[in-house]
Amino acid sequence: MSTTSGTPTIPRHMQRDRFAPVPETQAARDEPGLPTIRTAFGTTARLVTRHADVREVLGDAERFSNASMPPLPLPDEESVEDRRAGQLLLQDPPEHTRLRRLLTGEFTVKRIRRLEPRIAEIVDDHLDAMAAAGPPAELVSAFALPVPSLVICELLGVPYTDRGEFQGRAARQLDVSRPLEERGRLAVEGREYMGELVDRARAEPGEDMLGMLVREHGDDLTRSELIGVANLLLIAGHETTANMLGLGTLALLRAPDQLARVRDEPDAVAPAIEELLRFLSVVHSGVPRTVRHDTTVGGTPVAARELLVLSLPAANRDPAAVTDPDELDVTRTVAPHLAFGHGVHHCLGAPLARAEMAVAFPALFRRFPPLALGIPFDEIEFRSATVVHGLRALPVTW
Amino acid sequence: MRIEANRDVCIGAGNCVLAAEDVFDQDDEALVVVLEEHPSDDQVAEVRNAVAQCPSGALGLVED
Repeated sequence: MSTTSGTPTIPRHMQRDRFAPVPETQAARDEPGLPTIRTAFGTTARLVTRHADVREVLGDAERFSNASMPPLPLPDEESVEDRRAGQLLLQDPPEHTRLRRLLTGEFTVKRIRRLEPRIAEIVDDHLDAMAAAGPPAELVSAFALPVPSLVICELLGVPYTDRGEFQGRAARQLDVSRPLEERGRLAVEGREYMGELVDRARAEPGEDMLGMLVREHGDDLTRSELIGVANLLLIAGHETTANMLGLGTLALLRAPDQLARVRDEPDAVAPAIEELLRFLSVVHSGVPRTVRHDTTVGGTPVAARELLVLSLPAANRDPAAVTDPDELDVTRTVAPHLAFGHGVHHCLGAPLARAEMAVAFPALFRRFPPLALGIPFDEIEFRSATVVHGLRALPVTW
Repeated sequence: MRIEANRDVCIGAGNCVLAAEDVFDQDDEALVVVLEEHPSDDQVAEVRNAVAQCPSGALGLVED
């Protein structure tokens, strides 16, 4: 395994023009073949941008492996096995299947529906606090980040009082403009933190997901695997939905007619969320897959051991899959998107993310009908250097 | 039309339930359960949508 060091430049395929991928990434869809790019780790890869090609690669775990480790520096106190353990995103079937099946029961559509009243309470509490403090407000810190953070904390069994620590660590760990040594160290710290929670759950398993995993699968899962699974759920559980809520609110504020539909028409909410997922494609760092043996992608030859980087934002704006892909249109009936991925690694938490958004967006717009940007659109700071696209802040008023 | 579901391939994403709730369900492990093997004419559109959105390729349609 090669390890690189130093401060990387932000790879071109992660750069955004506000909501959209930069024109170079969009243009790659129209060029034949698969361009060679430089990754955030300084290595080279082939960039896959077309919807059909990305779907083909994600849908075939036999030809394309997910088991290669990102070359983050590994401090002495941690082994490759520790870092990989329980990390669903670094495994292939059948190991991946075994781990995922222990968790899927917690994320069925029915189980998530049972959480909706509690999600609504959490959303209302945060809207109450915003209303009590009065305008203006910073929506990321007052609403978009705390709502999914509290939901995943309660579900998983992580003390919400630790949020300052884990939110800050996750944000820095996912920031590809930071030195690789620092990101490697943060990964170790995150595992140490989760290790304490896992030990506590093993001593006294609660009613939360950590407690369930210990009670029902304590013999099937090593301590390292429990840490890996829980860490992934914690980070993926708050960073993704938080950025969808922030960016989604901004996108809808720019399209008042569409915002009004989400606010006033309950049947319009579910399709609107799918369209926001497609349009924003927040997971934008490039999904890595390693070619197992010589094959083709969309007709282009790729060689064994080559690294492919799949751009979900580019695929989700492919005119071959969606009409007028660069327009946000919440009235689309079927917008096939890859925002949650595809294939065996399709987002485990998708039903939870959808439920959180379906509660949060309409509630926010109903509570503050005159909601508006607190600063000019041009001054809003996007945060594209992070594995999950988002906003640094979203000043609003009402 | 008949729905074929391969529970060995299913990954429990639940997209089919969201697309066609009267036709698909999930068991306690989230694996697909087909409620209506032969969907009615007015269910066909949402069933096709569910099949298209299945991330694992566990669902198929057989024309009678």
